[in-house]
This record gives sequence, C-alpha cells and structure tokens, in this order.
Amino acid sequence: MTATTAPATREGATPPRAELRGISKRFAATQALDDVSLALLPGEVHALVGENGAGKSTLVKILAGVHQPDSGTISLDGEAIQISGPAQSRALGIAVVHQEPRLFPDLTVAENVFIGHAPSGRLGTIDWRETRRAADALFRELEVHFDVGAPVRGLSMADQQLIEIAKSLSVEARVLILDEPTASLSAHEVDRLFTIVRRLRDRGVAILFVSHRLDEVFDLCDRATVFRDGRHVITTATSDLTTADLVRHMVGRAVSLFPKVETPVGDVLLEVEGLTRAGVFRDIGFSVRSGEIVGLAGLVGAGRTEVARVLFGIDRRDEGDIRLEGRPVTFASPSEAMNAGIAYLPEDRHQEGLVLDFSIAQNVTLPILPRLFPRFLIGSALERKVAHDYTEQFNVRMTGVEQLVGALSGGNQQKVVLAKWLASKPRVLILDEPTRGIDIGAKVEVHRIISELAASGLAIILISSDLPEVLAMSDRILVLHEGRITAEIPRARATEERVMFAATGNVEPIVAGELAEGPIGG
Amino acid sequence: MADAGAGVVEALPVQARGRWLSAVARQRELSLVAIMVVLGGLVTLTAPQFLTVDNISQVAVLASVIAVAAIGEALVVITRNVDLSVEATIGLVAYCVASLLERHALDTPGAIAFGLGLGLVLGMINGFVVTILKVPAIVATLGTLSIFRGIDYLVAGSHQVPLAGLPPGFTDPAGDSVFGIPVFVLIAVSIVIVGSVILRSTRFGRQLYAVGSNPEAAAILGIPSRLVVFTAFSLCGLLAGVAGILYVMEFGTINGTSATGLVLAVVAAVVVGGVNIFGGSGTLAGAAIGALFLGFIANALILVGLSQFWLQAIYGLVILLAISADALILRRLQRATAARRVR
Repeated sequence: MTATTAPATREGATPPRAELRGISKRFAATQALDDVSLALLPGEVHALVGENGAGKSTLVKILAGVHQPDSGTISLDGEAIQISGPAQSRALGIAVVHQEPRLFPDLTVAENVFIGHAPSGRLGTIDWRETRRAADALFRELEVHFDVGAPVRGLSMADQQLIEIAKSLSVEARVLILDEPTASLSAHEVDRLFTIVRRLRDRGVAILFVSHRLDEVFDLCDRATVFRDGRHVITTATSDLTTADLVRHMVGRAVSLFPKVETPVGDVLLEVEGLTRAGVFRDIGFSVRSGEIVGLAGLVGAGRTEVARVLFGIDRRDEGDIRLEGRPVTFASPSEAMNAGIAYLPEDRHQEGLVLDFSIAQNVTLPILPRLFPRFLIGSALERKVAHDYTEQFNVRMTGVEQLVGALSGGNQQKVVLAKWLASKPRVLILDEPTRGIDIGAKVEVHRIISELAASGLAIILISSDLPEVLAMSDRILVLHEGRITAEIPRARATEERVMFAATGNVEPIVAGELAEGPIGG
Repeated sequence: MADAGAGVVEALPVQARGRWLSAVARQRELSLVAIMVVLGGLVTLTAPQFLTVDNISQVAVLASVIAVAAIGEALVVITRNVDLSVEATIGLVAYCVASLLERHALDTPGAIAFGLGLGLVLGMINGFVVTILKVPAIVATLGTLSIFRGIDYLVAGSHQVPLAGLPPGFTDPAGDSVFGIPVFVLIAVSIVIVGSVILRSTRFGRQLYAVGSNPEAAAILGIPSRLVVFTAFSLCGLLAGVAGILYVMEFGTINGTSATGLVLAVVAAVVVGGVNIFGGSGTLAGAAIGALFLGFIANALILVGLSQFWLQAIYGLVILLAISADALILRRLQRATAARRVR
C-alpha cells in the first residue's frame, strides 16, 4: 500500500490557508458528511475525489456558504471563522467556479466580473470606465483576451469559467474551488484552464479541485483527498498514488441489499445500435433480453439518463437504430413508446414522476387512462380497483388509494411510481435511480420488486449511481463515461473497482495486478 | 421491522395535521358560504332590506353572469394559464348579439347561436396564440383583450342598442324564476354540474389537472398538453359567449364599452373560489361560489352606505387575501408532508 499519512513536513512549514476540522452535515435521513477534515495549503492544488454521493458537493457548498455544517470548525489562515452565507464566503476570499458558470447572460463581461463590488465614483455611482479598465487588467493578468464590454450571452462554457475565475481574482481570492470545471471543456480549453490554475497556485492561492477525471487529478494536483459515503478516506500526495489505488479508495460502500434472483433469460427484446445524440452521447450499442437486468453505471453527467430519454421518446436521436423484438422503431413521443411497451421511471420522482396534487389511484391510472377508459368517461370503481391491485402488489403503506400521493414517504411514493408504470403493462422497463433518497427498508423492497419483475419476463434497464446496487441487481453492467460506453462487464466479473475504473474514463487494461486479470469490457 | 413500525406511529399525527389543513383548503366553498352567512347577519342588522327575497335573487342573478365566465376562467387557470380577455369577449358577444337582434338580421335562436360561436372562436384564437405561437398566456390574452375590445369599438362606433331594440321578451329570463329560483341561477348551476362531471369523470378533466399540476410529468406520460390547454381556452371563450348573452338579457342596453372592467371580478371569483392561481387544483363550484361571494360583498357595501368606488379596491384586496391564504396553507401542507417524509 502507498503512504496513508499526509506529508506532515509540508503542512508544518506553512500554516494551511483553509482548514476544516471534524465537519459533519446531515440532510434529513442522509449523513452527507461525517467528521471530515481537510487542509488546503497555499500554493497547492488539492484534488477532492469520490463517487457520486461521497460528500464532495456538500463540502464545496459549506465552503461557499450555501450550507452550514452541523458541527466542526473552519479556519482561514489560522483564524477561526464561521461562514454564514454566500456573501460572507466571498468576502472572506473564498471563490467557487462551478461546472456550469452562474453568470448573468445579459450583462457585460466587466459587469459580471465586478457584480456586487464595482468600483464606485463620486456620489457613490458605479464608475463604469474604471470597472472596464479593472476587468481588462484582470484578463491581461490571466493572459487571455476578452472584450469586456460585450455581453456574456453566447460565450462558450470555457470562456464563462474564465470570467468566473477573473471574478475570484477581483476579490483577491485566498481559496479557489473548482467544482468539476472540465466536464464540458474541450482538451484545448482544459490546457488553457490548467495553465491559469497553475499560475494562480504559484501566486499562493490554495486551490481545491473537484473532478471525476482521474488523469487530471494526477496531471494538475499536488495532493488528493478521497471521500466515501461522507467520510474521509485518505489524503496523500498524488505522486504516492496510482490510478488503481485511487479507484480502490473511492469504492467499497457498504449497503444491505436484496440481490437479483437468478432467472432464465429469454429472447432479445430491446436492441440499440450506434445510438447518438450530438453533444450528449455517441455510438451507444447494447441489447436487453427478457428476464434480464442490464445496469447502466457511470458518474453523474455520463449520459445515462439522456440515453433513457431517447429510448422513451422524450428526446430525439441523431443517429442509430432502436429495435424492439427485432423490428426497428422510432418514437415521436413518450405515448408512442408506452404503446410499444416501454416504461420509464424518471430520475426525479417529484418533477417528472408524480402529480402530487393527485390521489394514489389517480396517479396510478394516469398513463393508462385511454386504455382503461376508452369511452372517455372515467369509472372510479374500476380506477380504484386497478390502483388497489397494483399498489397492494408493492406493499405501499397508505390509508387507501384515495390518499394524496404528496402525503406519502419517499419510498412509498417510489412504489406508487413503479405501480403506475407497471399498470401500463410494459415489456421493457427503464428505471432511473429507482432507490435514490429512500430509506433502506423501502430500498430492499424496491429491489425485491425489480427482481420479481425480471423473473416475470420483463427486460429491465437499471440506471443507478449506487455501485453496490448495480452490482447486486444487474446481469450485465454497461459503464458510460462522457457519453460513451467504456466497458461491458458480465455479472460474474463485475467488481466495484472495475466499474469505477471504466466510469472514470479508463478503457485500457489496468496494469495494477490486483484489479484485473485481463482487459475490461468487450 | 421495528424501525418501520416506529416510523408509522410517529408519522400519524403529522399526517393527520396535513389532512386537516388540506381539508380546510378543500372546503373553500363551505368556508365562503359560512363567511357569507355571518356577514349577511351583520349587514341585516344595519340594513334590514338585505335579507329580502328580492334583494337576494337580484344579487344571485347578477352573480350568475360573472359565475358563468368564472367557470370558463377556472378551466384556464387550472392549466397554469390565465385569460384576461374574457371581458372583451363578453362585451363583443353582447354587442354583436344585441345589434343583430336590433337589425333583425337574425332571430333569437340564431343570434344566441351566433353569440356562442363567436365566443368559441375568440377562445380558440387565445388557445392558438398560447399553444401554437407559444406566447405566455398573460401577455397573449392582454393582447387579445385589447384587440377584441378594439373590434367591439369599431363595430359599435357610438351606437347604443336600446332595450327597445331587442325583441320583446328577450330580456325576460333575467327576471324569470322556476319554482322560485331565478333562471340565471339555474343556468349557472347546470353549467357547474355539467362542467364538474367533465372534470371529475373524463379523461380530459384528469388531463387538465395533470397538465396544471405537473407539466413535466404530464409530458413524460404522453398527455397532449397543448391540445388540453387549447381546449381549456376554447371552452373559456364559449362560456364567455354564454356570459355575453346573459349580459344582454340582464342589462338590455348595450354599447361598445359594455362589460368593461369585468375581468377583475372574474379572476377574483376564480381565486377566491379556491382555484390555485398556479394551476393544478380547484373546482368549478368554487369559482361559481366565489362569484356569488363577490356579488354579495358589492351588494352589502351599497346597502351599508359605502361608496361604489370602494368596490374595485375591495375586489383587489379579496384577490390578495385569497392568494396569501392559499400560499400560507400550501406552505403549511408542504411542511407537514416534508416532516412526514423525513420521519
């Protein structure tokens, strides 16, 4: 094993720019951060890595003043501080550059850089000439050229990020947080960003770099910290690490599960070939058989939900074929997909899955109203019976099918969504994060239901960011990274390390012996 | 197992509270009636003429005209839209019907059919602008409000159709009663009943609420949102047409400015009647009772001796009160259900 201790000598030599000690944060049932500590040194780029839900975003939000920790202390240059809000975070010299820059598109570049702290002239009015001059000077310092009088609208994501960085310089940031800044940048833009980040590092800024791209971590960062399930796993110099080490630290979540019951696998129901949606995903190909669960793993933003949306007719594909039982199909709308026998349980059950103002019965029958009541009139007795049959099968805890869905717990709401889609009698079921945010008891039940559905002959596509869930439930796992399939792993050979390795964009066979006995994927 | 059991026990009181609040929110119609009874008692103390059959039926007849338009407005508001052009539709239909009758261009049934058709077409124009041209409803119908009213001015010029210009007996329904119930009230009540059955028990009704409550979910379910919204606007126009015809019967004298300013009363009736201004919930009965409530307040003001000029201000105040009350109840409900979810 590599070194588990941080280079104490370095930390001793210079006091940390920012130091977090024993930070905990709880959201409802989720312990997002559990007693984590982190020290950011001046003149250092520090990587923060971890799976989805490891607690990276929460930590960033605490530093940005969006969330307040439940316990723990934060100090800046040795001075204990409390960050009570975003404005105070900025005033303290903490700047955050988000993956998607949060600028005002109709204001000019200069106005955006100095928003809230523009130089004022006499009478307290804003001195626009000075504002433009200062913005210009900042960009010259970054050695990039910008027309600071032009509106931000229409600028590329990369340019907008540079404006965010200039913004942080305008307040003399002591700590710069880059939250997945490279996710939507081209290789050239990444190079330019890194050059600037290194320049800032050399000026003594402490930089926290949150990324899913492990190669960038090794390229740019001096030290790396790994979080898992809201806990601190390790902080160490990147020179002491290999990619395999990093991946091993990231995975290994403990979850209790209801694993998939082995069932005979039937004919191919759904086949996808060369599926491409420009700028989102490309060349996706796979097939799902009756009785089979195919897991779609990958990090947030890898394009899994986007693939599902195309399969369900919500978005259009640019290229490629979709075949259902051998016949090529094109869906112009979700109702066509539904009629063809596809059901999609969306990622966000409040936004897309349920009508909270409706009763359980009304929600369950909503997708099948035309089929259930072909003569336009709705018979409430039949409606209640159908709703009752499906919800009973799933053990929904309710006072009756007349109860409002909004009054149910998350797990029970999710069961209602499942009941709703099953009432449409699909043959292919796409589940997008079916157990996110529901408690462990409901999770086990949902897993049991999924397993039974597969046994009854449905072809199931399971999208999940919960690695143990994907591993336990899937017959095969497809791993997506930035819109491409980087691995297809059969159940027998699936390990968390292997999935995470592919999810972070590694398609090559791994050198480190403990990970693989051969090439990953097919 | 123990964990799940504890959750259920803890959850019950919170859930009960949520149900109590939603019961209050759902019984808006009853609350309005209760307020009317209490206020009515107070008004009677100072103005005994309030509690006479004559006065009550006069209030109810006038309120019925607003109620019919409010029912149409409610359909639109449930889909997360609004129709500000109703008063211009009422005005234009009223003038056209009156004028056609005056010039003997059409007989009574013909003029009524024309009025209904005109209302429907104006509603369809609104629906087209909102669903096909994708102009936000508030802007689209503000525009059509102006256009329809402009056409009304152009068609009418300075002409006024006098009561004598209408066929004899045309305005009688405004004063007639069947078994002591004014005909206008019966018309409004039948529209409420038919409309409520459609909303409760047809696919269209269900889809109307779904589109207003959660457009994203409706899209994923393959509900034809645009068709649903278009239909709501069309029906709103049709009912505004009905209101326009009733308006002629009620007032008899019609010119190019008739029905100006009615939209405030119509929207106020809908909101007071408990239709969520953000869409997704509300009943037609609520909208109709809201109209009655406003008519009642107007009448009470006059009887108590307050100036008519207070009326507009009071309508506005009632809208604000109703919406704030909704927001308050909604927040409480959300907190109750959030607490339930967290356990």
